[in-house]
Amino acid sequence: MWRLLVRWFHQLASPPYFYRFAGRVAPWFGVVGGLLIVAGAYGGLALAPADYQQGDGFRIIYVHVPSAYLSMMAYVVMASAAFVGFVWRIKLAHAVAVSAAPIGASFTFLALVTGMLWGKPMWGTYWQWADARLVSELVLLFLYFGYMALRAAFEERDKADRASALLAVVGVVNVPIIHYSVIWWSTLHQGPSISKLDAPSIDASMLVPLLLMIFGHTFLFVYVLFERLKGEVLLRERQARWVRKLVGTTA
Amino acid sequence: MSEFLSMGGYAAFVWPAYGLTLIVLVANVLLPRRRHRRILKQLRVGTDEFQSVSQPTVRHVP
Amino acid sequence: MTPRRQRMIVIGLVLAGVAVAVLLASAAFQESVNYFRTPTQVASGDVPATRSIRLGGMVADDSVARDPGSLTVRFTVTDYANNVDVVYTGVLPDLFREGQGVVTRGRLGADGVFEAEEVLAKHDENYMPPEVKEALANAKKAQ
Repeated sequence: MWRLLVRWFHQLASPPYFYRFAGRVAPWFGVVGGLLIVAGAYGGLALAPADYQQGDGFRIIYVHVPSAYLSMMAYVVMASAAFVGFVWRIKLAHAVAVSAAPIGASFTFLALVTGMLWGKPMWGTYWQWADARLVSELVLLFLYFGYMALRAAFEERDKADRASALLAVVGVVNVPIIHYSVIWWSTLHQGPSISKLDAPSIDASMLVPLLLMIFGHTFLFVYVLFERLKGEVLLRERQARWVRKLVGTTA
Repeated sequence: MSEFLSMGGYAAFVWPAYGLTLIVLVANVLLPRRRHRRILKQLRVGTDEFQSVSQPTVRHVP
Repeated sequence: MTPRRQRMIVIGLVLAGVAVAVLLASAAFQESVNYFRTPTQVASGDVPATRSIRLGGMVADDSVARDPGSLTVRFTVTDYANNVDVVYTGVLPDLFREGQGVVTRGRLGADGVFEAEEVLAKHDENYMPPEVKEALANAKKAQ
């Protein structure tokens, strides 16, 4: 069983095999993710009761928390892939890191803006420069931008892969800082509601749509990652026979 | 319905947050698909437009 | 040593270095990374009189008094060990209420009253419908 799994993993790392695999599997992730998000948004907007403190304003949680979670998850995926690519020189791993970056950046942006839209009516402010949670999430956005800018600065893809991989791996230090900032330091931002060791401090009727949204976003992330990877793999392999065969420039 | 839309007075914050999320999600779905299609087309035609956009690979001399 | 092992060590060393640097930096700047000070810190005199600071805690029950005819409001910020009286003129956020978290920015006056220029509400991580809150409150009262 284990050997079978290892063999499948090696096979998956081969670009032509992965290209076909992604093409077959991605749509399912897209459909499931889309359905979960539609259900979660409906539950969050229409079914969940209003909060005893924040009224209907708390419904921003259903778009804020999933994108904030994804902004960090995408970074961990990017950094892990960059690490594997750097150490084992696996081409596909670098392609994964490159493809995860713009997705992560877009969700970091979303987490920041939805957070501001939530902060204004509840806290009384859009932004506080002294708050560790807010600033570390902004640093995450700049890490994504820095990663993409660094890549663009290189002529050769191999060098871009290696240099940007170092930046991605080093930047992973920021992820636990974001998560624990609300515990280590005093912040305006409240502590975690779901990821506590004891029972979540959110009522079940409000939790279910949130979980639907979080799973939906995760599936959607895999879908978008695979779609990005399809293009990225073609580009990186364009000299290879399987790509030339695929596009019909060689018999 | 109008009660739902008013979001208990927080409409000015709730709806922009949901609207922006929808835009980012849709862009995340559409852009990679378009990029994949364009890459396929370019490779087919043979004019390697992406050579300049993304870095050229070092060609292996057999 | 294989090149692969070398690459792993390179990345490990760089990562460890950055982690240590961040750890040292955040320990050194602990005070400034913290967003606010507690009433206990203020009471112990750990406060510069000239510089504006942030004071955070709970709004004490039955402490909010509004000046009729103006936007001036007085309340007490507590961490259940020490209290600081606060005076503020301006609009309060929606979530400002007694028994709730608050963060105020301002200066400690010579009379010991904190003159706030800004008041922000800090809410907790609990979310529940009003009925559940009511049931919880009743259960607590019954105890």
